[in-house]
Amino acid sequence: VNLEPDQAVEAFRAEARAWLTAHVPDPPLSSVNTAEGFAAHRQWERTLADAGLAVVSWPQRYGGRDASLAQWLAFEEEYYRAGGPVRVGQNGLFLLAPTLFTHGTQEQRDRVLAPMATAEQVWAQAWSEPGAGSDLAAIASTAVRVEGDGDRSAGWLLRGQKTWSSRAAFADRAFGLFRSDPSTERHRGLTYLMFDLRAPGVTVRPIAQLDGEPGFAEIFLDDVFVPDIDVIGEPGEGWRVAMSTTSHERGLSLRSPGRFVAAAGRLIELWQRAGLADAALGERVADAWIGARAYQLHTFGTVAELEAGGTLGAESSLGKVFWSELDVSICETALDLLGPWWEVLGPGEPDGDWAGTYLFSLAGPIYAGTNEIQRSVIAERLLGLPR
Amino acid sequence: MRFALSDEQRQFGAALHELLCDADVPAAARAWATGDRGPGLAIWRQLAGAGVSGLAVPETLGGLGAHPVELVVACEELGHHPLPGPAAESLAAVPQLLGSLPGDIAGGWLAGLVSGELVATLAAPPSLPFALDADAAGLVLLAGRATAPTGEPLSAPAGSDPDAATIWQALPGDGHRSADRARHPFEVRPGPVLASGSGAADAVRLAMSYGTLASAALLAGAGRGLLDLTVRHARTRLQFGRPIGAFQAVKHALANVAIGLEFARPLIYAAAIALHDDAATAARDISAARVASADAARRAARTALQVHGGIGYTLECDVSLWLAKVRALSSAWGSQAEHRATVLAALTAPAADHQRTGPWS
Repeated sequence: VNLEPDQAVEAFRAEARAWLTAHVPDPPLSSVNTAEGFAAHRQWERTLADAGLAVVSWPQRYGGRDASLAQWLAFEEEYYRAGGPVRVGQNGLFLLAPTLFTHGTQEQRDRVLAPMATAEQVWAQAWSEPGAGSDLAAIASTAVRVEGDGDRSAGWLLRGQKTWSSRAAFADRAFGLFRSDPSTERHRGLTYLMFDLRAPGVTVRPIAQLDGEPGFAEIFLDDVFVPDIDVIGEPGEGWRVAMSTTSHERGLSLRSPGRFVAAAGRLIELWQRAGLADAALGERVADAWIGARAYQLHTFGTVAELEAGGTLGAESSLGKVFWSELDVSICETALDLLGPWWEVLGPGEPDGDWAGTYLFSLAGPIYAGTNEIQRSVIAERLLGLPR
Repeated sequence: MRFALSDEQRQFGAALHELLCDADVPAAARAWATGDRGPGLAIWRQLAGAGVSGLAVPETLGGLGAHPVELVVACEELGHHPLPGPAAESLAAVPQLLGSLPGDIAGGWLAGLVSGELVATLAAPPSLPFALDADAAGLVLLAGRATAPTGEPLSAPAGSDPDAATIWQALPGDGHRSADRARHPFEVRPGPVLASGSGAADAVRLAMSYGTLASAALLAGAGRGLLDLTVRHARTRLQFGRPIGAFQAVKHALANVAIGLEFARPLIYAAAIALHDDAATAARDISAARVASADAARRAARTALQVHGGIGYTLECDVSLWLAKVRALSSAWGSQAEHRATVLAALTAPAADHQRTGPWS
């Protein structure tokens, strides 16, 4: 066991740091959850892609750099350290792309990945439904088989309602699960499909989040046609295909340790500037750093396991609970250091991003599978407790 | 970078686990609590045979000179089984003190430690005011400043600086009962001075680092022992016609225990690496590991008791072998507040660069 810096990783880190230092927008882009901000973030993705830094871990043929996991982690650390913009393409990059690499056809990879990498197409996720939140297998939206005729290919008609669909207010396409076999229940008979958010029959209704901005949306589907080429994996196998994506969402991809290491660093700076003689707050600052460091080291361990041929399964639930609670406690500590000022500080002011970061952190224990669902997964699948 | 135990290190841990499973550690811990040291010391000799007591002794002095990672792998297993006796003292801290002494003084003791004939213990006020299980130890040391923290003068060598770091061979005084029936803390009086001055100061600092790191590993191991025991209970104990482990309140409490232990372990390995490398961050990293593992072990202990219910509150149940031990260990080798203060001081020191990313940060 060692923590020796790897030469190839450090060279890559240095390159990323130099580029990010020169290019990360200052002042920061406006909120990704506005039309103007979304366009600016799309443009930023294009800039990243032109520099070869949008999808470093992907194969070169899709715009990537074939970076190792360790190099990807270093890139993420540098990205958060530099205060890089929110990745508007995140749902596609970190959820759909890994699914396509594992379960997609070559045609799908060739068609979907390149425009995803440049954010020419931004993807939203369409998992939850009004009746299927934590109980995702209760999905009721349907995909009805239609045979081809002279005018159009064979495919599926989507009908139903999706909700809490991140980025859907401004995104181009979406992916999600639909019940394709009405005679089945629960995890069987679901199909994983990609669809166009601007296709006939799609209605997107933005939902204002806690901060007032439409970070997610409802999607109403009224006989939306999807051709067979947009089915990922076999029809009816959607649950299995999707689960390979959600462990990515909970684990490595969605929340790289760089984010928390950077946040803990900013918290320590704030503590130093605040100059308070409050031992209890000081202990919380220490705990925030210890938590971020633990998550970073744990991720190094996961990378070592994966590089040795291991797989990431239910273990990702341990990390999801840990980072989401860590995130909340880092932000709570920052607000307590700022005292009565935090509520009036806004983006662009010194310490002004803590309020927004705090509100966003509160969503962490809910999205990507609530922490209650994760704890049940840990208990049943890692500890072996009965269902 | 490859931040994972090697196959050999995993096998070493697994072999110790097997040895301790066969040795019936719970019976030895119960005997130790009643004053019968025989079964416990027999296990200590078996562990010495497996190389455990030589890990922290340099090769030049007849030990294995192992990487501290191997020491924490071993200590985690000793905590995992509730091994009685002064483990952090004898296996980790004392070898650092003896290693700093001239060979003609320490050579015999070190050989005894390595062979398993000798178990040693240590008092180092203020964080270790008592020598644990001094009655079972063949060697008792006292380390600290020549002036005791109470202001009561210890026997400073004539003409020496009363604040100089000093290592004494100690004489055990009164023994105390502990809240953990298998811990017997003894007061000590200073005997012959073995070393004093700057060399002793370095040795004491190193010994406290090794002991604190070992205590972190013992705590993490104890947490794992409590979790294993409690998961077994929750699978088999029936109430309302179901195993209690099927109830979500029980599942989630045990999941929280698993999460705490999972994220403490990498901090322990990183601290062992920093200690080995004599890194500037070693004190910070050891304290961080101790904070996380003591918190995780304490959560494990509370949850173990709660999930076991009434049976957990009996001496008959094995939860009792860890419950107070975990709480006592997390107050020895520095309090949680002191360790958090160490972390914070390191992060806010003028030279600290906490924004620096990468494995060396």
